[in-house]
Amino acid sequence: MKRALLAFPLALPLALLLAGGAAAEPPQSGFALMAPETQAMQRDDTANPGMLWVQEGEALWAQSGCTGCHGDAPGSMRGAASRYPAWDATRQAPIDLAGRIEQCRVDRQGAAPLEREGEPLLALSAYVAHQSRGLPIDPPEDPRLAPARALGEALFRERRGQLDLSCAQCHDDNAGRRLGGSPIPQGHPTGYPLYRLEWQGLGSLQRRLRNCMAGVRSEPYAYGAPEYVAIEAFLMVRARGLALETPAVRP
Amino acid sequence: MPLARWCILLLLACCPGLAAAEGMASLTGVPGDAARGRAIVVTRQRGLCLLCHSGPFPEERFQGDLAPSLAGAGSRLTEAGLRLRLVDGKRLNPATIMPSYYRTEGLVRVGPAWQGKTVLTAEEIEDVVAFLLTLRD
Repeated sequence: MKRALLAFPLALPLALLLAGGAAAEPPQSGFALMAPETQAMQRDDTANPGMLWVQEGEALWAQSGCTGCHGDAPGSMRGAASRYPAWDATRQAPIDLAGRIEQCRVDRQGAAPLEREGEPLLALSAYVAHQSRGLPIDPPEDPRLAPARALGEALFRERRGQLDLSCAQCHDDNAGRRLGGSPIPQGHPTGYPLYRLEWQGLGSLQRRLRNCMAGVRSEPYAYGAPEYVAIEAFLMVRARGLALETPAVRP
Repeated sequence: MPLARWCILLLLACCPGLAAAEGMASLTGVPGDAARGRAIVVTRQRGLCLLCHSGPFPEERFQGDLAPSLAGAGSRLTEAGLRLRLVDGKRLNPATIMPSYYRTEGLVRVGPAWQGKTVLTAEEIEDVVAFLLTLRD
């Protein structure tokens, strides 16, 4: 028994290494790089500020009539977030989770559109994504997503802005090192929407991507732009197998 | 210092090809101010140096480790070599993460606030070069 317990942590990275082929290191959530206090804040639902949005989302789910088609989210929405972005047959384009929620509201319910980074859509997204907490990221085997994933990877590797830096130069080549004292995470989208202490609020992956783009002094894309969905589609493949954490807490 | 400058001039005169690859003449023709250079190096908004580099700045708590320490930079590199690395280090190493501090061409999606502007001015580059030359092991 003891030997089996000891062997497990060794065998898992080895298996990932073999499965990953050229990938030098197994993917690691940014959670691992956080201060113990911040980790504790995320782990404890009564201390995790993101849970306020999850609760708000639960109320909105009921009020908005989502239950009419989808029933109770803990059953129907379990695993959904682990498979987004997905292919949207209506628009013939990839769609992210927030985009799907919004599409369902506007197209099927005839509801007024919500602001992309507004509190109600963040709350609904957090509630739906929270139903997949603990499940591994599992991008669909869908060849229609291949062009978006390729575009996302190209954008991830493209140097940009006045500082002429790509995402990959920090989050692939220098992950684990310190940028002005802060450890650079590998950049896996495991916990969105997440509560960022710097924001004092909940925000989407798109908000986080915009932060980094502004950081290298480049012009971010508008909220909802297909470039963000493409980057997310690539990042989810890159993060395959990591457990979802929504709502994560980050510094 | 004058001796070092003469050595560089001699080197430039003897091997122009090497000079083009390894160094760059003053952007202003006026010596920089090392004290102003130090202030630029430690600012997070202007110089940005300590985001990636560490160095002999005991008052600065948060320093990066993505790039070599600035300690001893003045011993390792010539004035012309330091200047070239600040202006556009990609001429030496296209893959470097070091931003080009005095270049506006060939950049992608530069934010409106930064378009057509260099990270530092020519005077600021000379100030930083003057300061880095004082960092000797």
